[in-house]
Amino acid sequence: MPRNTVKSLNPALRIEIMSEVVINKTALNRMTEHLESTYPNEGCGFMLGTDNKRREINELIVVENGKQGDQRRRFAISPLDYLKAERYADEKGLALLGVYHSHPDHPAIPSIHDLKQAVPFFSYVIVSVVKGNAEVITSWQLDDTGKFEEEKLIDEKEVAFIDV
Amino acid sequence: MAKVIIPTPLRKFTENQSSIEASGNTVFEAISDIAGKFPDVKQHLFDSDGKLRNFIRIYVGDEDIKALNNENTSIENESVLSIVPAIAGGVE
Repeated sequence: MPRNTVKSLNPALRIEIMSEVVINKTALNRMTEHLESTYPNEGCGFMLGTDNKRREINELIVVENGKQGDQRRRFAISPLDYLKAERYADEKGLALLGVYHSHPDHPAIPSIHDLKQAVPFFSYVIVSVVKGNAEVITSWQLDDTGKFEEEKLIDEKEVAFIDV
Repeated sequence: MAKVIIPTPLRKFTENQSSIEASGNTVFEAISDIAGKFPDVKQHLFDSDGKLRNFIRIYVGDEDIKALNNENTSIENESVLSIVPAIAGGVE
C-alpha cells in the first residue's frame, strides 16, 4: 500500500480513515529534523494544538528518549516530562494531542510495543527514518476496540482546497 | 477533598473535566472515588484484579507515589494528584 512521504502528503491515498490531522509546516520540519538528529536511536516528543473538525498540530515539545536500554528499538517518555507537557498545554489553552516517535530503519507502522502502551485519544505519529533520512510519516489513533486505526495526514497547503 | 488532574487521554471518560475533586485519605481511595463517579474511566485506571494499572503512574505534587507509600500514600485536602499515563513504544 502506498504511504505518505514526508515531503508530499497525498490525501488521495487515504480512503477508510476516521479522522484528519494537519501538522503545520514549522512543526513538521522540527519533527523530522529532531528525528533525523536522534538517528540511529528513536526520538520522541509531544504534539500540541487544537482539536476541532480536524486536529491541527502547531506546536511540538521535544522530549529526551528516557528509555534505559536499546534506544535504537525503544522509546520512553518520563512521567515528569509528561506532567510538564500537560501543564504547559493546559496553561496555554492548547490540547495535548499526541506523541510522535521514529522507527529507525523500520516502517512507519505501529509495532506490538506501540499498541501495548497506547492510550486512547492520542494521535501517534510515526516517522520512518531510513539511513538518517525521514522518509514516511503516518498517524494512528486507538479505536474503541483497542486497535490502531490510521488517521489521514493532510499537508497544511492542502487544507485550503479541502475546505472550499 | 483532594484535587485529581485527569490526563488528556482519559478526559473523554470524565465528561471532559481536566480536574476532579475526590474524597479519600489515601491515593487509592481518591482514585477509586474517581472511578466510582466516572465508571467509563475505571478500566483505564484499574486492572481486572482491582489494582492500579502498571501503565498508570500517580504523582502527589511532583512526587511519584512509588517513592512514597505507593497507593497507600496519605493525602490531604490540599493535595494535588496527577494521573500520568506511561508513554513508550518502539519498533518490532
